[in-house]
Amino acid sequence: MAANAALIGFDTVWKSYGQGEAKVHALAGVDLAIQRGEFVAIMGPSGSGKSTAMNIIGCLDTPTAGTYSFMGIDAGRLDRNRRALLRNLYIGFVFQGYNLLPRTTAAENVELPLIYRGAPARERRDLAMQALAEVGLVGREHHTPAELSGGQQQRVAIARAIVTRPTLLVADEPTGNLDTARTHEIMELLTRLNRDLGLTIAMVTHEADVADYAERTIRFLDGHVASDSSKLEVA
Amino acid sequence: MIWETVRLSLRSIRRNVLRSFLTLLGIVIGVAAVIAMLTIGSGTTAKVKSDIAKLGSNLLVVRPGRPASTGGPGGLDQAVRPLADKDVAALVAHLTGARAIAPASQKQVRVIFGTESLTSGVTGTDSAYLDARDWKLVSGRPFSDSETRSGTGVCLIGETVRQQFFGAGEPDGEIIRVNRTSCKIIGLLEPKGYTGFGQDQDNVVLMPLAAYQRRIAGNRDIDNIYVAADDRTPTTELQPRVEDILRDTRRITPDREDDFSIRDMTQIADAMASATTTMTGMLGAVAGVSLLVGGIGIMNIMLVSVTERTREIGIRLAIGAHEKHILIQFLVEATVLSLLGGIIGILIGLALAGLASAALTIPFAPSPAVILLAVGFSALIGMVFGFFPALRGARLDPIDALRHE
Repeated sequence: MAANAALIGFDTVWKSYGQGEAKVHALAGVDLAIQRGEFVAIMGPSGSGKSTAMNIIGCLDTPTAGTYSFMGIDAGRLDRNRRALLRNLYIGFVFQGYNLLPRTTAAENVELPLIYRGAPARERRDLAMQALAEVGLVGREHHTPAELSGGQQQRVAIARAIVTRPTLLVADEPTGNLDTARTHEIMELLTRLNRDLGLTIAMVTHEADVADYAERTIRFLDGHVASDSSKLEVA
Repeated sequence: MIWETVRLSLRSIRRNVLRSFLTLLGIVIGVAAVIAMLTIGSGTTAKVKSDIAKLGSNLLVVRPGRPASTGGPGGLDQAVRPLADKDVAALVAHLTGARAIAPASQKQVRVIFGTESLTSGVTGTDSAYLDARDWKLVSGRPFSDSETRSGTGVCLIGETVRQQFFGAGEPDGEIIRVNRTSCKIIGLLEPKGYTGFGQDQDNVVLMPLAAYQRRIAGNRDIDNIYVAADDRTPTTELQPRVEDILRDTRRITPDREDDFSIRDMTQIADAMASATTTMTGMLGAVAGVSLLVGGIGIMNIMLVSVTERTREIGIRLAIGAHEKHILIQFLVEATVLSLLGGIIGILIGLALAGLASAALTIPFAPSPAVILLAVGFSALIGMVFGFFPALRGARLDPIDALRHE
């Protein structure tokens, strides 16, 4: 297994909660590799460990045992501030509930990750405008989340995630709050970003037709990878 | 970056105007109380000092009778021996280091002009009195030596007496009745205002000592001798010399105590000023406690703010905010909040002190040092009381924070 060359590598990753009898293994020795440029859907029932896996992939969480490597870095052993830096530099996040700052304009929301990079105001503005243009929100820059539809809010969130030109986009149920038409639009957008920017995408979803947009689908069950199928293999 | 953070905190303060205002109130009241107390206090101190200075600077006042500070039955076991002309003469003849030496006796007496009457402090003295008490004439002239010696019926009046009798008119040359004797006004004394004890220093009539003794007191006693030190001589040096000369002329043997007392007005001024300063400090400290309460208010509201914005903190952490970014954000917010309260408090405190100064007729003496201190202190309160809530926000786990509803 070429784990070293992979963007994301799980080497017998365990994640356990609780103590003694009450101990629960959210992940029970998972091995996994995701290459640069892949668009991966992660599925599984609740409690299957998919969310835990996503948190580890996004460097928000660390394994209890085993090794998680991100870009060849042993990210599971980094302290929280180093992981924050890693997230800021290489990872973008899109959440089910959009998670935009309320009463803050779209442009300011998109600028947020750049502030933590210490980018000058002018550069931040330019990059934010560019990212908003890429997600098709020209003319909505100064709207607050309350003035935007769900689909538009998720586009702002995607612009915020890609404004730093990350290597990896972590999407947690990105279409969970959207209707079918909006879902289709957002998935088209993600597919385009994957194809045009070479952005690696790891997306949790429980909808099969959303997962269909991805090239590869990994199913979790009881803390294990139950299946890992690529469209190319199926085809 | 810091400017961004300040802007951010101003926005979040504006977002909850009412809540921010209520939080500020603690700091506002605390700072306003401290500023008002200290400003009024320093005004009072200045007032007390200038009051005493109005009595005459570097002034010793000799009175008959044993000094009160030695305790004991005082004048009860023996009649108080009054001061006499020869005591004044001895001081004039032998005392060095004095600028002016003036005897004075006084009594509250009814003064009449036309149909108006006024009970006034009538003082018999000589022309050195004005010099000893640093008192100037607005118009007219002091007593001449011959008037002093012969006890002519002439007098100098204070501003209050002038107003009562003459209104806008000119008093010089008019004749007033003092007790049963008549007296020609030859000059008007410069106004001195009220003392800190509410005594009107301008309700006075001065006349030659001999005239006072003969026509009003009916005896030759002298109530006080004012001795003003010259510029080179401190009163502490002058006092023992005065004592030696008086013991000598009054033939007090070494085994007996003084039968007169010497009060040093400079020392009294210092003592009173330091008393007001102590008082001011105490009141300021009490007011300072309310600042502490205000600080706790800020801590409380910052904790609420951190809890309320847990999700926001989660988002910020997820997209790469360092712990210190969150810490700084909330610290700056708390500091801006309490600084704002401090500035409002200073303005209110100064306004209160201004009103109080006008009401109490004391000088309005705002101190830049106190104001700077208040600004610094209110910022410090924000930082100290904002630190714990900010740290709590910074230490949040991003996963839990994002899940927070």
